[in-house]
Amino acid sequence: MPAFGFFALFAVLPMLLVIYLSFTAWDGLGTPALNGGENWSRLLEDSEARASVWRTLVLMVVSWLVQTPIALLIGVWAAGKQRSRAVLSSIFFLPLLLSTAAIALLWQALLEPNFGAFVGGPLFLGDPDIALYTVVLVISWQFIPFHTLLYQGAARAVPPSLYEAATIDGASRVSKFRHITLPQLRYTIVTSSVLMLVGSLTTFDTVLILTNGGPGTATRILPLHMYITGFSGFEMGYASAIAVVLVVLGTALSLAVMRWSGFRQMTSQQEGS
Amino acid sequence: MSRRSWVRPLIAMGLVAVTAVVSACGTSGPGETTSGALKIWALEDPVLNKIENKSIDSFKAGGGNASLETFGNDPYKQRLRVAIGSPQAPDLFFNWGGGNLKEYVDAGKVADLTSVLEENKAVKDAFIPSVLNGAKLGDKYYGVPMRGMQPVLLFFNKKVFSEAGAKPPTTWDELLTAVDTFKAKGITPIALAGTQAWTELMWAEYVLDRVAGPEVFKNIRDKGPEGWKDPAVVESMTKLKDLIDRGAFGSSFASVGYDAGGASTILAQGKAAMHLMGSWEYTNQLDQSPDFVKNGDLGWVAFPSVPGGKGDAGNLVGNVSNFYSATQDSKSLDAAKKFVTTELHKDSYVEALIEAGDVPPVVGAEEKLKKSPNPEYASFIYDLVLDSKNFQLSWDQDLPADDATFMLTQLQEFFLGKVSPQQFVDAVAAR
Repeated sequence: MPAFGFFALFAVLPMLLVIYLSFTAWDGLGTPALNGGENWSRLLEDSEARASVWRTLVLMVVSWLVQTPIALLIGVWAAGKQRSRAVLSSIFFLPLLLSTAAIALLWQALLEPNFGAFVGGPLFLGDPDIALYTVVLVISWQFIPFHTLLYQGAARAVPPSLYEAATIDGASRVSKFRHITLPQLRYTIVTSSVLMLVGSLTTFDTVLILTNGGPGTATRILPLHMYITGFSGFEMGYASAIAVVLVVLGTALSLAVMRWSGFRQMTSQQEGS
Repeated sequence: MSRRSWVRPLIAMGLVAVTAVVSACGTSGPGETTSGALKIWALEDPVLNKIENKSIDSFKAGGGNASLETFGNDPYKQRLRVAIGSPQAPDLFFNWGGGNLKEYVDAGKVADLTSVLEENKAVKDAFIPSVLNGAKLGDKYYGVPMRGMQPVLLFFNKKVFSEAGAKPPTTWDELLTAVDTFKAKGITPIALAGTQAWTELMWAEYVLDRVAGPEVFKNIRDKGPEGWKDPAVVESMTKLKDLIDRGAFGSSFASVGYDAGGASTILAQGKAAMHLMGSWEYTNQLDQSPDFVKNGDLGWVAFPSVPGGKGDAGNLVGNVSNFYSATQDSKSLDAAKKFVTTELHKDSYVEALIEAGDVPPVVGAEEKLKKSPNPEYASFIYDLVLDSKNFQLSWDQDLPADDATFMLTQLQEFFLGKVSPQQFVDAVAAR
């Protein structure tokens, strides 16, 4: 019951408030005035909002594609018993110790066109065609260690007897990975993917500090579009409409991933359970 | 936007802590009664906040009571927006005048200071009229200047210029020639911190003013976005596009920042020849590249004239000044009025501003400016403002926040070449 109270107070109530605000015109001064569905019809016609939804999707899909295989492979490797494992793993996990702001400022300095590490190279943050992918790389660098940790833990929980049996049957390392490790890590993959997808849907701080949506609008993802509309333009009503879209997208996304992946049934493939 | 608050976060935090302690001591001093101190909000600045605190001490010595709270640039705008009209509102608040203040005036949140200024003629006459007008809306005054004037100037690297045999441009054609000269030598002609749209805005503001005079923008501000359709806007944006396409700003400006010092540093190191920036650039350079300034390599001129253009070559754009305005609902409105009419034109306050390198907007400061740490520079700015026929506040401060934000986005797209002059006009006029 207390949990429900907190949920109502800190999640449901603000959400209802935002839905209300999305039907008003409010510049932060005075009182919000109802303006019917004006914000919503504007949202449908706003090409910038459409473009930022598209950027958000690109960011989400590409960072999932980049992060999942790398985190999975490093995680499984780090779960093993190699001698170099501990040292290398702790180096891999270093980004986990840094705050988002520090990471964004660090990469901003590294990629600075006149004084950074790649002077004369590609304009990682200055070329509208590649800036979004640069952001994906920075975000991946930041979050791969976390997902690696998930996979490492899960891979250690795979019963050794499965591998022993496979060894007796003469299975190669690759087929052990394909037929034992991957199926056993199935739910971890789902968990990690949900975290990644929902996480990149709401990624905000890294992009704000790293590019502020620029150059131009090349990296202005939906949460940033909401922020700029709300807190630079002070169009709180319209920004609230964008916020509602974000909430709906986020919820739909995690429900969809849960359903498609069969996570709900929670069946175990381990022996004896 | 005060573009001089690139204060390192640590200094800033320290300062906030110090101010908090100082103001806490101030308000809990002996003999103070419940009536409450005058709550003053201003933008954070390690140097100027000290001077502002001194003016509060002087106010206290005269029997008043006040305390200062400071904030970084973006947090300040958000805090103020939320606080005004609430019981947490300050009594006096820092602002930039113009359209930025107008939003609060239109909402009925700002006290009219006209009668106070009329009663205290000496105060009104102490300020340069064109600057005092920065907080005049309709025929009423809503603010009193409290910091220095910050026009935008064209800075240049003297050494780079003399090595190239070039001279600082006074006309648009000379500017184009200089751009070609430096480009041929592999030097970025003009440094531009393009991650922030306001640096690009300075170019748009000056070019439109030189081409068509100040009326075109005033029309946009007063009559709404339709005003962008004036043919002079397309004409001036086409001129600017020509400059961009010539490579005047190099190819990497879109990821160069101002707060991190990128644009200023390439000017100081001779990798770039010119830099259009607000007058605070001088102290910024002095802070970040002291040798560059002390060797006398930092030069400055007014923005070049455009031959055949309607705008006077003496017109300025930038931050006219910063103002203190009083909130309408303040319980200490009389004290607030007393503060702005007693403290802000005092010799001690003006002299402290000058010593800190600011150029205060008061009349007859010529002699005092000789005591400035940079007398030559300070006098240049002072004379420039006195001689100017028009001093336009930065557009992003002079337009309502939503229109300004939209325009800045379009402008960044324009500088990237994604939006043509005509498309820029169509977009901003359709708001």
